[in-house]
Amino acid sequence: MGLHTQAMDNLRFIRDTMENAGSFTAVPGLGGMLMGATAAFASFAAHLSKSPRAWLDIWIGEALLAFAIGLGFSYRKATRNNTPLLSRAFRRFVLAMMPAIFTGGLLTFVLYRAGLFGLLPSVWLLLYGVGISSGGAFSVRVVPIMGVSFLAVGSIAALAPHSWADPLLALGFGGLHILFGFEIARNYGG
Amino acid sequence: MAKQALKTSRPRPQVVAAAAGARSLDRLIHERLRLGIVSALSVNESLTFKDLKKILGTTDGNLSVHSRKLEDAGYVSCEKSFEGRLPRSEYRLTDRGRAALEDYLTPMEALIRATRHQ
Repeated sequence: MGLHTQAMDNLRFIRDTMENAGSFTAVPGLGGMLMGATAAFASFAAHLSKSPRAWLDIWIGEALLAFAIGLGFSYRKATRNNTPLLSRAFRRFVLAMMPAIFTGGLLTFVLYRAGLFGLLPSVWLLLYGVGISSGGAFSVRVVPIMGVSFLAVGSIAALAPHSWADPLLALGFGGLHILFGFEIARNYGG
Repeated sequence: MAKQALKTSRPRPQVVAAAAGARSLDRLIHERLRLGIVSALSVNESLTFKDLKKILGTTDGNLSVHSRKLEDAGYVSCEKSFEGRLPRSEYRLTDRGRAALEDYLTPMEALIRATRHQ
């Protein structure tokens, strides 16, 4: 093997290893904790809202805020670890989550139009759980476990009375994000 | 014609210099598994033995031997603790290890740059 080929092969190996190792850090733990804190606040505000439309607006606002926090902290984490934001691991995670997020958005619109607000909390929690489980399939075990935990809370929300909706949303989007975010931040580089 | 062939096959001085640099690579991290350990740790603040084993797809024995060599050279540090009753080893790349990886990458990249325009 020529020196040039050997050098290329070594660099490719280093890059692939860094990308594989990056799958352990692609999900930002600190960002997850902040998303959890804003979600807990949103569920409190939504609980005090006067109309279903106001309740929905608060949660849509929270979803957009969480998206921005997730993106911002992913960028921060990638920069701190000297890896590109769009690493293979990160792309794989986002692509695996997209079908569930798209379905969640579409169902929100459809259920809102049909006046079925009561179904939204369980649909959101379940689909988010599906997205995180799929996205985390190739990551450290804590990520798919977080997804399964969302599925569990979503299942309870599907069967529980509507009055439990906000506390369960707080438990899911608030509590689980903070709990698992802390675990990821502590063990997987922020 | 023969003269021209001789001229085109002779490597440029930059390539010769880059190749010489590549030949003087740090043998300690040139070995594949050790290079993998250092590369994986360079993008993580720390990784456990289990994480490294999963990333590099290797055996306990192999990983132990090679991580020990890097530890002895001061390229990685290892913190041992217990998680319940199970031992846990957490590895970090030291400043010396990070510098060694950079020193390893520089001649490699120089060689690729030099031969690209050959």
